[in-house]
Amino acid sequence: MIAWRSTWSIYKRELSRFLRTAFQSVLAPVLTTTLYFIVFGAAIGGRMPDLGGVDYGAFIIPGLLMLTLLGETTSNSSFGIYMPRFTGTIYELLSAPVGVAETLIGFVGAAMTKSLILAAIILATARFFVDYSIAHPLFAVLYIMLVAAAFSLFGFILGVWADNFEKLGIIPMLFLTPLTFLGGTFYSIDMLPSPWDTIALANPIVYLVSGLRWTFYGSSDVNIWISFGITLTFLAACIAVITYIFKTGWRLRA
Amino acid sequence: MEPILELSGLTKVYPGGLKALDDVDLTIRKGEIFALLGPNGAGKTTLIGAVCGLVRPSGGTMRAFGHDLACDWRRARARIGLVPQELSTDMFEPVKRAVSYSRGLFGLPPDPARIEEILRSLSLWDKRDERIMALSGGMKRRVLIAKALAHEPDLLFLDEPTAGVDVELRKGMWAIIDQMRARGVTIILTTHYIEEAEEMADRVGVIRNGQIIAVDEKEALMAKLGRTEAHIALALPMQTLPPAIAQFPIGIEQGGMSLCYRGGDGTGRGKAEVADLTKALTHAGIDYVGIETRESSLEDIFVSLLGENAQ
Repeated sequence: MIAWRSTWSIYKRELSRFLRTAFQSVLAPVLTTTLYFIVFGAAIGGRMPDLGGVDYGAFIIPGLLMLTLLGETTSNSSFGIYMPRFTGTIYELLSAPVGVAETLIGFVGAAMTKSLILAAIILATARFFVDYSIAHPLFAVLYIMLVAAAFSLFGFILGVWADNFEKLGIIPMLFLTPLTFLGGTFYSIDMLPSPWDTIALANPIVYLVSGLRWTFYGSSDVNIWISFGITLTFLAACIAVITYIFKTGWRLRA
Repeated sequence: MEPILELSGLTKVYPGGLKALDDVDLTIRKGEIFALLGPNGAGKTTLIGAVCGLVRPSGGTMRAFGHDLACDWRRARARIGLVPQELSTDMFEPVKRAVSYSRGLFGLPPDPARIEEILRSLSLWDKRDERIMALSGGMKRRVLIAKALAHEPDLLFLDEPTAGVDVELRKGMWAIIDQMRARGVTIILTTHYIEEAEEMADRVGVIRNGQIIAVDEKEALMAKLGRTEAHIALALPMQTLPPAIAQFPIGIEQGGMSLCYRGGDGTGRGKAEVADLTKALTHAGIDYVGIETRESSLEDIFVSLLGENAQ
């Protein structure tokens, strides 16, 4: 049975941590999105042809959204669990009558909420630069929530694995961000020459960007169900790893 | 008295091979204050960590309130509170919110009146809206106690509650512990300050190298292992003990200018024997110019226990 009051307490506390740095949390994605639109949308995008019948400025919105989502969700979640480990306050969570379900729903629920707020901010900012419409809005929200959940869990694993700040930053910086840039954020995979178009499919982020793009414009590089399936598989794998972490106490309990 | 916590064969071996707990058997009774004494690295914090879920035991069983801590840990932990040794708390949080969070984390509904009562009892009510980082060290420690009390535990672990605090604050902390005892909370405290155990505890346990080497009522331990020490300054030097006083456990010291008595059992028998000794000296015509007696403290007992165990 899930202790919902405990879950709610963790959720509220995580959100209050986000709100404590609300100015930075809101301003950073607004500024980043604005810069991307200025550089890629206005400066370069004006010289680019439409992609699949979508204006280039609008085409990059799902990719930019995914770029921010993956980075912010992973770092929020990893810091959420790493900092209590680092400062020692994790004793309270470990000594409380809460298990993996309460912890995950609390942490991941808060990270997902933050992600939805960020997504809304990015989309609102994008509206100032390009005109766009969302073909499947409900599916888009569902997909964003799914990706946010998966990468919150991934961030949680990262926060448990890391034993210093360098390790905490190394995965997002050296793997996540480059893979997202190479994952079709600013271009369609079809634009790549052979064999790079095939090699690009080994990048899992391609499926995520492509899936979100489908929810926006109804067309994508990869079949939506493959994207959906890969996201779900990643989510399930993360849940399995975290269940193992709690069961064995790896890096949490001495 | 009803046991509230039962540890049996509790063992913890860390990955490096260090045996922090070695087959520990311990029973804590309801409503008592139990002081766990031991030098650094003896296994005190590991023992607390094992009960509170911070450390995975390598062997043995733990039962709290009749619940097995390995299987029925939720029900057991809901009734256990922990004040850690380190000042570990979210320093950016205001006091009241941090304490309310602790209550919610343990699955209890919000109760502002109860939070207010706890904060007032710890003289923190005036600081309720201040960030924890702005408080003094002693206040921070009180916040940790407030957080541990927020879910109204029946069993409270205090890991070195007065480490690094000044004498005045330490006495204030003792008063707080007394209040908790009056409310019926069972308290297990670890401490380096023997004086603290002497002042507060009903029972005392001594741990060394992960093994419990003594557990007893404080008075019983002092009676069993306590000693009286007396130094009698003589008017004239003495080379050998005369037969009239040879039956007493005494020795000559300071080049024959003083006699040293070491005996008794901590119940006062030693003091009576010293009185008998002075009478015997008078009868034997041995003049003395001063007497200094001292009962051994819990600290002496602790040191001698550790010494014996090490040999």
